[in-house]
Amino acid sequence: MEETVKEIIDENQEYVINMGPQHPSTHGVLRLVVSLKGEMVRNVEPHIGYVHRGIEKMCESITYPQIIHLTDRMDYLSAHINNEAVCLNVEKALEIEIPKRVKVIRTIMSELTRIQSHQLFWATFGMDLGGLTCFFYGLRDREKVLDIWEETCGGRMLVNYNCPGGLMYDIHPNFQKRVKEFIKYFRKTLPEYDQLLTGNVIFHERTKGIGRLSLENAVSYGVTGPNGRASGFSCDVRKHEPYSAYDRVSFSEVLFTEGDTFHRYLARMEEMRESMNILEQLIDNIPEGSFAVKMKPVIKLPEGEYFQRVETARGELGVYIISDGNKNPYRIKFRSPNFANLSALNLMAKGFKIADLVAIGGSLDLVIPDIDR
Amino acid sequence: MLLNLTVQNIIALHIPWWKNLYDFSELTKSIDTGLHNVMSPLLTVVVEMLIIGVLILLFYALIGLFLVYAERKVCAFMQNRLGPNRVGPFGIFQTIADLIKLLLVELVPIKNADKFLFNLAPFIVIIASFMAIAAIPFAKGLHAIDLNIGVFYVIAVSAMGVIGVLLAGWSSNNKYSLIGAMRSGAQIVSYELSVGLSLITVVILAGSMQLSEIVQAQATGWFIFKGHIPAFIAFVIFLIASTAETNRGPFDLAEAESELTAGYHTEYSGIKFAFFFLAEYMNMFIVASIAATVFLGGWMPFHVGNWDTFNHVMDFIPPFIWYIGKTFFVVFLMMWFKWTFPRLRIDQLLTLEWKYLLPLNLINVLVMSFIVLMGWHF
Repeated sequence: MEETVKEIIDENQEYVINMGPQHPSTHGVLRLVVSLKGEMVRNVEPHIGYVHRGIEKMCESITYPQIIHLTDRMDYLSAHINNEAVCLNVEKALEIEIPKRVKVIRTIMSELTRIQSHQLFWATFGMDLGGLTCFFYGLRDREKVLDIWEETCGGRMLVNYNCPGGLMYDIHPNFQKRVKEFIKYFRKTLPEYDQLLTGNVIFHERTKGIGRLSLENAVSYGVTGPNGRASGFSCDVRKHEPYSAYDRVSFSEVLFTEGDTFHRYLARMEEMRESMNILEQLIDNIPEGSFAVKMKPVIKLPEGEYFQRVETARGELGVYIISDGNKNPYRIKFRSPNFANLSALNLMAKGFKIADLVAIGGSLDLVIPDIDR
Repeated sequence: MLLNLTVQNIIALHIPWWKNLYDFSELTKSIDTGLHNVMSPLLTVVVEMLIIGVLILLFYALIGLFLVYAERKVCAFMQNRLGPNRVGPFGIFQTIADLIKLLLVELVPIKNADKFLFNLAPFIVIIASFMAIAAIPFAKGLHAIDLNIGVFYVIAVSAMGVIGVLLAGWSSNNKYSLIGAMRSGAQIVSYELSVGLSLITVVILAGSMQLSEIVQAQATGWFIFKGHIPAFIAFVIFLIASTAETNRGPFDLAEAESELTAGYHTEYSGIKFAFFFLAEYMNMFIVASIAATVFLGGWMPFHVGNWDTFNHVMDFIPPFIWYIGKTFFVVFLMMWFKWTFPRLRIDQLLTLEWKYLLPLNLINVLVMSFIVLMGWHF
């Protein structure tokens, strides 16, 4: 590795720094080899694989209910949504009709996941830009969501609430009350986020017009989620291919056309509001019924290929299963949103400064284990 | 013997007793004469310098420890946290525990570093801030040295710290450190101008560069009130520029931890790191105390026109308390915006200085000169 870095210096006479794998702003073990000319970024070369655990390969030797618990460890901030993707795929393959109660609860949990993920985004993005106080305000509110989960699921971050055919157990009696309390609370504290960061002049200067990603590039690089929607790429799976209970709620897809760091940030702020709207529509209308379908002890998918995509907090997650009729998949492939999002980093950061690279990287909201899997 | 002399001197002066209740010049004068009586003049100077040096060093260490604690508490207050609360009551011994830890930590030798410069850098930084303290009047007659060009001296000495920062960045043989040091160099050299010009605005008003006289001139009213709007603008500019000069947020680009890990002091450990750390806080204290001295009346109590009783009550609060109170008020302001604002980018930082603060400052100096010329100030 040292040799390659040396070569780069000799060839281009550029100042090459290694951002990561241990660096405060890469949010994990991502390594960016950054070529600089003074403060200007000439080239960003992401080196990944520091947390590669071979999840896809491991999945080939374990059963479907076990796979669900591995998907937690990809995008740990959208753990519930990842689980849901595999469950939906398995249920689709087995052609099981899922009770409405399960669908609604899954949707509520997904939206809570999205909110807490965006809260953490806000917290860390503020910290990347040097506003350290944001981190604590973001985590303060995220804690409320985690508390709700803890009561119902037992887990706080990796909730493991889904299983093929439904949910592990029913919701806690307090669940609805606490979610309503949370919505009421968060409607009050979300404006605080705007006061602290969104309206700040320095913040505007730091983010507006920085790291512009055009619609064409967003589409061709496959940048999805709030990042893609900030560039005007209408890619919300919840809207285009509704799963669970998303066909029963009305919400608007947050779309901007500017595609700069500021609008990637704004897209997430708006999505938190939309998520709260969805929660409000669903929380009082959880249908009665059973929380899971009785499944066979050993789940075997019929031979064939199955694909299911869901909208995680970071974009589109696709689960592609090839089954040969056994209790474990022949091959499983996850299309992770972060990998595609990271690929556009070089394009966006070129020609800007190191500080902008940090801001752009922060606005992509990368979760590194999801890139490496 | 010394104490005897002091008491005699105070009794000998027939002025209202409360006026000189807290005057330290009598005390220092009596110590000086007492020393002269027992030893040769040269030895006296040496002994006096030693005493002052030790006193300032003690003060320096105490204030440094306190400021680190204060910053943690203020920051915790801003961030919905408790801050240090385990070591001692309210965690007041936390910084002492940290200091002991820093003293015991290994000094990691850096491969391929320029050893001499690497070891020299923290000393330059700390000496620069240590020297600046000498000129600051803590109370009436309580300064180490009352230079007639005090303001100039403070600006000149505090600017020396940048050499240490540059040396640290250069000699560490670390790319992040070098970027941090270069940023810091550009930043401090630029903001030095604004600091100087905003102080000059007040020097015009005071008609003197001697810090003790500047304070004395504020006996009838602090300069921030006396000097109309220009003085207030100068105060705000001084606050911004001095924050930038001390490398504190939102101008902490030199150490920007989310970009450069720790900037120029990335490679330092143990006591050498502690020197940088302490110097940062002391620089903050020094610029705050200059702001307090020059704009907020230094150790002068707060007086309101004809409210005699109120003014008498204010007189009884010791000047040192006034000075410390004002200084910590400014320190609190600086902490406040450090923990609120995101960081600027290097080009925005320089734009702010060269395109906005500097022209504004030049106009401000002109307006102030005009006001003083016409005698429109209070």
